[in-house]
Amino acid sequence: MTNRLDHTVHRVRTGRQRRSKQWTTIVTILCVLAMAVFMITLSIGQSVTPPSQVLRVLLGETVPGASFTVGHLRLPRAVISMLVGMSFGMAGVAFQIMLRNPLASPDIIGVSSGASAAAVFAIIMLNMSGSSVAFFAIFTGLLVALVVYALAFRHGGVTGTRLILVGIGVSAMIESVIVYLLSQAQSWDRQEAMRWLTGSVNSAQLDQAYPLLVSLCIFGGLLLSRARELDALRMGDDTAQALGVRTGMTRITVMVAAVGLIAVSVAITGPIAFVAFLSGPIAMRLIKNNGSLIIPAGLVGACLVMVGDYIGQFLLPSRYPVGVITGALGAPYLIYLIIRVNQKGSAL
Amino acid sequence: MTQKHQLVVDSLSAGYGDKTILEDITLKIAPGQITSIIGANACGKSTLLRTMSRLLTPSKGQVLLDGKSIHKSPTRQLAQTLGLLPQSPTAPEGITVGDLVSRGRYPHQRLMSRWNKADDEAVAKALETTQTTELLEKDVDELSGGQRQRVWIAMALAQETEILLLDEPTTFLDVAHQIEVLDLLVDLNKSRGTTIVLVLHDLNLAARYSDQLIAMQQGRVFTYGTATQVITEATVQTVFGLNNQIVSDPISGSPMVLPIGRHKNTTL
Repeated sequence: MTNRLDHTVHRVRTGRQRRSKQWTTIVTILCVLAMAVFMITLSIGQSVTPPSQVLRVLLGETVPGASFTVGHLRLPRAVISMLVGMSFGMAGVAFQIMLRNPLASPDIIGVSSGASAAAVFAIIMLNMSGSSVAFFAIFTGLLVALVVYALAFRHGGVTGTRLILVGIGVSAMIESVIVYLLSQAQSWDRQEAMRWLTGSVNSAQLDQAYPLLVSLCIFGGLLLSRARELDALRMGDDTAQALGVRTGMTRITVMVAAVGLIAVSVAITGPIAFVAFLSGPIAMRLIKNNGSLIIPAGLVGACLVMVGDYIGQFLLPSRYPVGVITGALGAPYLIYLIIRVNQKGSAL
Repeated sequence: MTQKHQLVVDSLSAGYGDKTILEDITLKIAPGQITSIIGANACGKSTLLRTMSRLLTPSKGQVLLDGKSIHKSPTRQLAQTLGLLPQSPTAPEGITVGDLVSRGRYPHQRLMSRWNKADDEAVAKALETTQTTELLEKDVDELSGGQRQRVWIAMALAQETEILLLDEPTTFLDVAHQIEVLDLLVDLNKSRGTTIVLVLHDLNLAARYSDQLIAMQQGRVFTYGTATQVITEATVQTVFGLNNQIVSDPISGSPMVLPIGRHKNTTL
């Protein structure tokens, strides 16, 4: 009997070790992939800069011919793309897990467009800039999340589908507000408009990386600290609570952290379409149930934005902002999901 | 096992929103025994179990574990003593049995602490007790209803709580699997001394497998005691509104309810 038990203990342990090893492997691959994409976007554009020169520019040397292209044109885009992508990916998967529905991503239920509308309003109407825009966006993003939640609240609880439908409605309303605000602006060009409607890194600057880094440290850290609770929530509220998870507290923490990540990013690049929505399910396909999805989704998000921006800049007949590319990728998946959810409930 | 944990329900009222479902319930759960809650549909059985496991906050009164209100105790600490298997738990898509059962260890782990030997052992014991070891690497989606229920019980066992509450653990199972699950609960009660409280639909199985029965009617406890005390013609008539005759179960000697309908009655 003891022998048998020892054998079972061994099998349990190997299973667990295999899961964590698979997680580490996939995350390492994603890290390498993100770094590779990062380097490629720095070295190949209209002209090709050899990786050795790119490295020298990154290390702070002045390289004739490369410093301007790499340091001024390419580096800010790549850095901002990566950080914003991570933020969207992490926040998106957090919402999807918390509400147990892949459609519950912040860009579908109106949180992103809410933050975006606030940023447009702050910049165009109130002439605000910098961190005050971000605070305003965070506040509005949270407010929209709460309004959607409150409108979806019924009989002492919120069901995923109801929340998503309310969210889509609220989101549509807010997007019309953005269009109205843009039409009222003194001067705005198509670039600006695209940024607030679908997201763009065309006006990226290197110093915008600091607020993004701070937000990833604070809000991303907060999300990671709740990773195990989020994982438990996937088994349903009752089971999670029976296991000792403070479900209400977890929800609030996750919501604040995710909205924070979204809002700070949106205040800089606008709501890059569908990145938050796509990253989670892609990470889920790769990681399966072998561990937390937050970091993998962040890495997938980073790759999506960097690749999307690269395609938009160089691989199409004319230049498009990144949001147009990610939007084109995301829309078919959205349609697929709606059909699938109709058929058999949710996946995430 | 030394001193058993005491679970006491003290003048409890609870419900959803404005709707009161439980009214003024006072109970003492017998430690180390199996207690079944029985009653007609919508009489508040599940609500009582949910309130006893702090999933639902009472509007009046309290549930006490060793004299302390469970709704005011730290929930993770409580989860080390009091376990619950909800009526319809959801397994994340594609999760393996080993992974799911391991999640029962959550309340015993801290944010930074690694898995230790005790965790692996608890999971292994839970798998052995529920005879699910052979399913370890399987996907939960692939299992039959009976297997899946045993796996969920294994998860609750891995939690290593002295008190285990189960909300209709035999619903949706065929009769062979119902017996399998109930036998498993008795094993658990005998080998670990676990106090078990469950909601059951089948009166005869409840009478056979429980040490104590709680019969509920319209949100109140109608009567409480051993099967012989609770399963009487008068009680079944009042609680379920069912004409019946009680005979002795030839297998277990416990009382057995024979329902009397309008048809198919040759004794008239």
